[in-house]
Amino acid sequence: MANGTIAAPAAEVDFYHVKGRHKGLLSWLLTTDHKRIGIMYLTVMSVFFLTAMTFGVLMRLEMLSPGETIMSAQTYNSLFTLHGVIMIFLFIIPGIPAVFGNFFLPIQIGAMDVQFPRLNLLSWYLYIIGGALAIFSLFGGGGWVDTGWTFYVPYSVRTTTNVSLSVFAAFVLGFSSILTGLNFITTIHRLRCPGMTFFRMPLFIWSIYATSWIQVLATPVVGITLVLIILERAFGIGVFDPTLGGDPILYQHLFWIYSHPAVYIMILPAMGVVSEIIPTFARKPIFGYVPIAISSLAIALVGYLVWGHHMFSSGISDTSRVIFSLLTFIVALPSGIKVFNWVATLYKGSIEMTAPMLYAMLFLFIFSIGGLTGLVLGALNTDLHVTDTYFVVAHFHYVMFGGMGIIFFASIHYWFPKMFGKMYNEKMAKVAAYIIGIGFNTLYFPMFIMGYMGMPRRYYDYLPEFQVYHLISTVGSWILVSGILIMVANLLSGLRNGSKAPSNPWGGTTLEWTVPSPPPLLNFDQIPTVDHGPYEHPEIAKRKEIKDE
Amino acid sequence: MRPDIATQVDSTFWMITGTSIVLLLIITVAMLYFLYKYSAKRNPVPEAIEGNTTLEIVWTVIPVILVMIMFFISWAGFRNMRDVPKDAMVVKVTGQMWKWSFEYDNKKKSDTLILPLNKDVKFEIGSVDVNHSFYLPHFRVKEDAIPGRTNYFWIRTNEEGRFYAACAEYCGLNHWNMYAPLVVVPEGEFLVWKNTFPADTTKTTAADSLKKVPAATDTLKTAANDTSKAAGQKTDTARTVKDTSAIKK
Repeated sequence: MANGTIAAPAAEVDFYHVKGRHKGLLSWLLTTDHKRIGIMYLTVMSVFFLTAMTFGVLMRLEMLSPGETIMSAQTYNSLFTLHGVIMIFLFIIPGIPAVFGNFFLPIQIGAMDVQFPRLNLLSWYLYIIGGALAIFSLFGGGGWVDTGWTFYVPYSVRTTTNVSLSVFAAFVLGFSSILTGLNFITTIHRLRCPGMTFFRMPLFIWSIYATSWIQVLATPVVGITLVLIILERAFGIGVFDPTLGGDPILYQHLFWIYSHPAVYIMILPAMGVVSEIIPTFARKPIFGYVPIAISSLAIALVGYLVWGHHMFSSGISDTSRVIFSLLTFIVALPSGIKVFNWVATLYKGSIEMTAPMLYAMLFLFIFSIGGLTGLVLGALNTDLHVTDTYFVVAHFHYVMFGGMGIIFFASIHYWFPKMFGKMYNEKMAKVAAYIIGIGFNTLYFPMFIMGYMGMPRRYYDYLPEFQVYHLISTVGSWILVSGILIMVANLLSGLRNGSKAPSNPWGGTTLEWTVPSPPPLLNFDQIPTVDHGPYEHPEIAKRKEIKDE
Repeated sequence: MRPDIATQVDSTFWMITGTSIVLLLIITVAMLYFLYKYSAKRNPVPEAIEGNTTLEIVWTVIPVILVMIMFFISWAGFRNMRDVPKDAMVVKVTGQMWKWSFEYDNKKKSDTLILPLNKDVKFEIGSVDVNHSFYLPHFRVKEDAIPGRTNYFWIRTNEEGRFYAACAEYCGLNHWNMYAPLVVVPEGEFLVWKNTFPADTTKTTAADSLKKVPAATDTLKTAANDTSKAAGQKTDTARTVKDTSAIKK
């Protein structure tokens, strides 16, 4: 227990019921409370996620049989673009920081809010505007965007579909990301409560800190790149188009200088959540706090220098390919170190297999496969065979969905009682997790095999030898979606009818578990003082005292 | 004799995958064992272990060694891929939406890639419109076709048979159907084919391909908005896919 923290009196009003200046919807839309903003992100993001998921299911349905199954090639090309754009820019990149970072970052460091609450609300509006533009670009103009989420030139400059608007949407979303990053960095530096040194911060905060730096430093690059596409389309300025003297490879460099670090924006916060969940349910401190914290920074740093591995086949010089390959192998190491530390944390624990813990274990398995298959892509000669095939598709779904996606689910289950003050049905949640695990692997594992056999990605149709794998994969998508729907239904029913959640249902040791569920408006009655690390369980602390005596 | 590129890719792949499977097994088995052995039921009292420097060093150093071995092996394979034998036969490959065309050293042009057996072949790859990627799955190698530049790779044809080339970089509406047949025949047969101009299968003459460049652009501009046309093409293109598979070994 943090000294000086007194559980708020029962009479204290939670942040949902505080009487503010505005009522009803306005009390949300004009709020500067980090918790309300987190919930607003969660609401909108869930809609985007379910939409993009539906696109994914439709794509899998099209791949069920060779030839036209349910849609035309043009529709298919648009669907994989929209699936990618919505998932990446509206869900995976902002996901965990915007929802759980917003809600829990201030509480975990013992603060009343973020440093710039109004800027925080502005970030949310930019996110909404960007999202709305992205959706609007579907319907307005010259047809659904069909470039792939990477918007590679020259195709993105030449196609008549609504590229400019979607690219502009991504540009606006970039600002939301930069401002959120700035806000979080400042908050972590300025608003930690007394005693909360950097090495007493929960590991979730460390991961958000590393992520925020990437957001601030890398996002402007993609902003500029996207503006250049718009200018190229509108005025033919000739930066990228070779017929005007430009270079398509330049675009790929600029795009990946942002988008590779962005991969770590996506995964680092998820790794932070895992480092919260495992010590909570193993009832012991995390194994290797410092290595895990430092490896987050190492990933953020080295992650800047590996963008070229997306371009091994593009014709960049052999020397640069070798350097990028070497750096790529190096960036794999900190992730490996984290995995070993997480597994070691289980050793001699007293493990409670709750739903969030189950998701975290599922993550360990799936993310390990994703990480290890990344080695095949980092190796130069094998990459030239498997790049741009289903192998890559499988790899990044294992890393992104298996990493960020599964941990997003874990986070909801972990923090649901705190955010909403209600419990969900634990048994149902676990059933859903098992179904998701089975569906996930059935859906994506055959893609590794297809990819190695030579099935290129973004193909509307395929050769007969791939059919059996596509069939298995599509069946997997049905299993996975059933699991997700059960999970969503279970959470919604918990929200409506769940029993009341205590302030610390899991026996967590970080500060958010010292405040009521849901927390009051200003989180703490009195700013807490911290005198120990984040994961000291009472039973262990007690034993330490006995030892000392 | 130079090592075969495809064999090298496969052996690198299995080396990495084999190591990965061992690592995955270690991680998974340890995780499951700990979850069982140290469940709250079997082990009600946890022990406070906050870390172990020796272990941290061990599981940093061993992976470093492993990935460095992987790096060097794949680098050796890569050097072989980039080091084109001096006497390699050159074939120019041009990507356009949505077909491949090939040009031999005697200006012979073809839509089908015919190659002589047991020869080193260097492909010089370019594009006339958007990015494509010239991918020979059987030979385990690809390189992008980027307008305004020439990329290359080489292969050795050590097996007679019918294979195919595919496009691996998304290039619009019919990206999925941008295949070209690849046939490896005995050298004598190849030379006869290569030097027979009147009876060749050329569909693209120089003049034609010049004409076709803007035509391809038009297809893009119109096809992008014309889904009904795309649906209409489906029957044709589906048949083409079948044909491609029929000629493939």
